[in-house]
Amino acid sequence: MSEIPAELRYAASHEWAKVEGGVATVGISDHAQDAMGDLVYVELPEVGQVVAAGDETGVVESVKAASDIYSPVSGEIVEINEALEDEPELVNNVPYEGGWLFKVQLSDEGELDNLLTADQYQAQIDSE
Amino acid sequence: MVLFMAHRTALYDAHLAAGGKIVDFGGWDMPINYGSQIEEHHSVRQNAGVFDVSHMTVVDIAGAGARDYLRQLLANDVDRIDVGRALYTGMLNDNGGVIDDLIVYKQDNGYRLVVNCATRETDLDWMEKQAGGFAVDIHERPELAMLAIQGPKARETLAGLLSGARAEAVSSLKIFAFAQDGDWMIARTGYTGEDGVEIMLPNADAVALWGQLLDAGVAPIGLGARDTLRLEAGLNLYGNDMDNTITPWEANMGWTVMLNDREFIGRQPLLNQQENGHAEQVGLILEGKGVLRAHQKVLMPNGEEGEITSGTFSPTLGKSIALARLPAGATGKVDVEIRNKRQVAQVVKPPFVRNGEVVYKEL
Repeated sequence: MSEIPAELRYAASHEWAKVEGGVATVGISDHAQDAMGDLVYVELPEVGQVVAAGDETGVVESVKAASDIYSPVSGEIVEINEALEDEPELVNNVPYEGGWLFKVQLSDEGELDNLLTADQYQAQIDSE
Repeated sequence: MVLFMAHRTALYDAHLAAGGKIVDFGGWDMPINYGSQIEEHHSVRQNAGVFDVSHMTVVDIAGAGARDYLRQLLANDVDRIDVGRALYTGMLNDNGGVIDDLIVYKQDNGYRLVVNCATRETDLDWMEKQAGGFAVDIHERPELAMLAIQGPKARETLAGLLSGARAEAVSSLKIFAFAQDGDWMIARTGYTGEDGVEIMLPNADAVALWGQLLDAGVAPIGLGARDTLRLEAGLNLYGNDMDNTITPWEANMGWTVMLNDREFIGRQPLLNQQENGHAEQVGLILEGKGVLRAHQKVLMPNGEEGEITSGTFSPTLGKSIALARLPAGATGKVDVEIRNKRQVAQVVKPPFVRNGEVVYKEL
């Protein structure tokens, strides 16, 4: 069983968001990293880039496949996880901690209501 | 209502017990990995791993006409090998395209072919169709399981678990030689670029041997690592690197074509293509970050184009590598289109890795 922390919000496309002080930290779920297999390359957005919820903001590549990353929220990219350049496996090993991808300064906190709760995300995975 | 039931090998339960993640592979439920594909890859390069390859199709060819039949059916010539030896070859169509690649083993009383699982029906139909006029019996052997034990410690570890003629065979067989003992056939062949053997044996024996190997510290290896290992070794995957529209010349299989005085299916188109020129298979190493994948477009400095046929991340090199089909004579640097961006790759002569060593040559 994959881990789905209750305090996070989730996009149907398997990203998670954790909001603190108007900034959302974004990563991919444990379920998503498990389905991808060993990650070998992560392409991240540029700091300063302005994105809308649902925009393509990066790519994670495992040995077997490439998968697009979509920002679950709108706003400006304020930080990217540079450690992933040398250690993409952090996404596999600690998807909700050291394996985060980027941070977004939210332009509309109300958007968070459009994301799934942990229970809803679990239900989505179960139905896949 | 069950409309379709995937095939399972005798080791299916053993895969689950070892933590195998099961995927559909050509209609078979097979393990893609048992946790980390990259760790499995390194186990084979550095120690030893065991693969369940029971999904492969084993076909025995017997009868007085077997030799003549195979000399016509296959692009390589079975007369090049003695009893107890194996030969890699393509089986071609009338246009010289590769219907399948396979290994043929010359036994005391006939021949054994091991062909791909995805092409099983096409192969068997073609083999039946070509058998007219030859006194041959074509007999599939679905009751046999097949294990590949590969890696620098593979033969030593395996020999320690066996006795008598089987242990002796594992220890002393030469490359591409095989031995039979009872229901077992042990061949010093593989698909990883490492030393090792492949064993065809009854299902019950395979389950027992699998358990003994794991107990002895041999790692179970899934299809994911099987693909990265074979690609590092520069070995083709049927359906990716060649198919029935591609000739052996275009897939770096020229060495498997024996052009002697005999007729074989596809011979004339191969001669024509040899005269008229053809694309070639090369290796690529990506200079930047990212991963080369099948079907990405390759752009040469002179404006000509080619295509990647297999690409992956090489755990041994720590870079992305690929096999690609390019216009003849490609050298130096080329561009590859990855998600609409151009990335630079170096053209090389595969294999990339053999026996744990990086061996590619820049072209």
